[in-house]
Amino acid sequence: MSAAHRDPAALPRLGWTLTALVLLWPLLQLADFRPAALFEPGNLAAMGNFLAGFLPLETSPDFLALLGRATVDTLAMATAGIAVAVLLAVPLGIVLTRSLSVAAIGPGRAGWVGQLLRAASRGLLAVLRGVPELVWALLFVRVFGLGPAAGVLALGITYGGMLGKVYGEILESTDARPARSLLEAGSGRLAALAYGLVPNAARELLSYTVYRWECAVRASVVMGFVGAGGLGQLMDQSMKMLNGGEAATILATFLVLVLAADGVSETLRRRMA
Amino acid sequence: MSFTLEGVGFTHANGHRALAGVDLRVAAGERVALIGASGAGKTTLLRVLAASLRPGSGRVELLGSAPWDVSPRDLRRLRARIGVVHQAPPIPPRQRVVTAVLAGRLGQWPLWKSLASLVLPVDPEGARRELARLDLAERLYDRCDRLSGGQLQRVALARVLYQQPELLLADEPVSAMDPALSELTVALLNDEARRRGVTLVASLHAVDLALRHFPRVVGVKDGSILFDLPAAEVNEALLRELYAAEGGLPLAGPPLPSSSPDAVPAAGSLPPLRCA
Repeated sequence: MSAAHRDPAALPRLGWTLTALVLLWPLLQLADFRPAALFEPGNLAAMGNFLAGFLPLETSPDFLALLGRATVDTLAMATAGIAVAVLLAVPLGIVLTRSLSVAAIGPGRAGWVGQLLRAASRGLLAVLRGVPELVWALLFVRVFGLGPAAGVLALGITYGGMLGKVYGEILESTDARPARSLLEAGSGRLAALAYGLVPNAARELLSYTVYRWECAVRASVVMGFVGAGGLGQLMDQSMKMLNGGEAATILATFLVLVLAADGVSETLRRRMA
Repeated sequence: MSFTLEGVGFTHANGHRALAGVDLRVAAGERVALIGASGAGKTTLLRVLAASLRPGSGRVELLGSAPWDVSPRDLRRLRARIGVVHQAPPIPPRQRVVTAVLAGRLGQWPLWKSLASLVLPVDPEGARRELARLDLAERLYDRCDRLSGGQLQRVALARVLYQQPELLLADEPVSAMDPALSELTVALLNDEARRRGVTLVASLHAVDLALRHFPRVVGVKDGSILFDLPAAEVNEALLRELYAAEGGLPLAGPPLPSSSPDAVPAAGSLPPLRCA
C-alpha cells in the first residue's frame, strides 16, 4: 500500500497501545501481582480452611431478627446518604455540563465566567470524592457523636462527589443538539436541560444512581466503625468474635440486596424505555 | 428592516472560508429563498441570521438590535423572537410530540411554567392546533421515535410555528419529505409568513420549489451572494452558473395541480430532473 493511502491514525494508535503496555508492566511488578500464587497447594488449603469456617450459615431466629433489623437500618442509611448525594450532585453536575453553556453559542461574551465556575465545581467534586467516606465519617463523628447521622453525611458527601462527576459526564456525552437548538431559541439553561438533555440521558442517570445506592449499601460496612449500626456493625461484631457462620449469613444478605438493586435498576430502565 | 448584513465574513477554525463579504438587507415581511450548491454557505448564513454564529467580520443587525453587542439577557430575548427549522429535527427521540411542540415557547415562558408543562402539558390545545395544520394532530401524545423522518420534520416545524417568531428561518426544511409533501410544507411556511407578516428566509435544495413559492431568491456560491433577484428574473444562465459544480439542477418535481404557481416561467423551461 502506498504511503498516501495509509490510515493516518494507524501509527499513533500502535504507539499509544505500546506506551500503555510499557507503563502497565512495571505497575504490575510494583503491586507484587503474581496470580500463580493462588494455585499453590499450601495456599489453596489455607483458603479452603478459611472459607470452611463460614459454614454452616447461622440461621437461629434470634440472629435472623437481629439481621432483619440491621438490614432495615442499612437500607435507611444508604437511601438517606444517596438522597444527600443527589442533592449535592445535581447542581454541580449541571454546572459541569458544557453543552448547556449559553456563552459557547456564537461564541458570545463572558465565556470565562462559566469556565471559572466549571473549574471550581470540578475541583469541589474532586475534594468531595477524593477523601474516603471513612475519613469523612471520623470527622463528622466529632460533630454528631456516634450514630447514623455521621454515616449518612459521610456517604452523602463522598457519593455526591462521584455522582456529580458522572452526571456531568453523562449529560455531556448525550446528544447536545436538542439542548443547543433550544438555547438558540432563547430558552434558559434549566429548561434546555429538562427538554433537551434529560429525555436522552434519563436512563443512564437513573441506572447510575441506583448502582451508587447499591454501592452505598455495601459501603455501610464502614459505618460499623463509627457505631452507626446496620449490617456493618453486625459484621464487625461477628468478625471480631470469629463467628464465621454469622458473617456468612450477613454476606448472603448483601448478595440479596445487590441482586435486588439490580432488579430495581433493570425494571426502571425497562419502564423508561 | 427585519435584518441587515454588511460585509459579513466567517472563516472556520480549519481555514475554510464559509462566508465572505455578504451584504443582505431584508425588510419585515419579505419571503426569501436561499439556493446554491451543497457547501456554498447557506447553512452558515442562516446560523448568522439566527444569532447562533458570530461572524468573524462585518456587521449584523437582527430585528433592530446588534446581537453581539447587547447584554446576554437581551440576546436571549432576541433569540426567542427568531425561529429556526433545522435540517435534522433536533428533538430527543423519547420525547412526546406534545412536549416537543410546546418546547417552542421555552424562550418566552418562565422556568416554573416550562417545568410544570413536563408534568402536565400546559397548552395541549395550542400544540394540537399547529400539528393539525401539518396533518399530524392525531399524533399529539405519541412518542417522537414512533414517527417517520418526514413526520418528525413536521413536528419540528410545528414547534417553530408554535413559537410564533418574528423572523422565521428554515434550513432545508423539506429534506426528509417526498415531493408532494415538500410542496405543501413550503406553501404552509409561506402562508404563515404572509398571514402574520413574518419575515421568512429558507434555504432549499430544490430550485423549482424556491422559484415557485418565494418572491425573492438569493443565490449563494462559494460563501458569497451570486445574485439577489425577484424570482421572475432568475434565468437559466444564472442557475447554470450557480450549480456549475454539481453538474445539474436539483429539482423537486412538477408542482401539485392544486397549488397556485406564481413564479413558474423560469423554472418551467428547465428539464424535469429529480434529485434526492
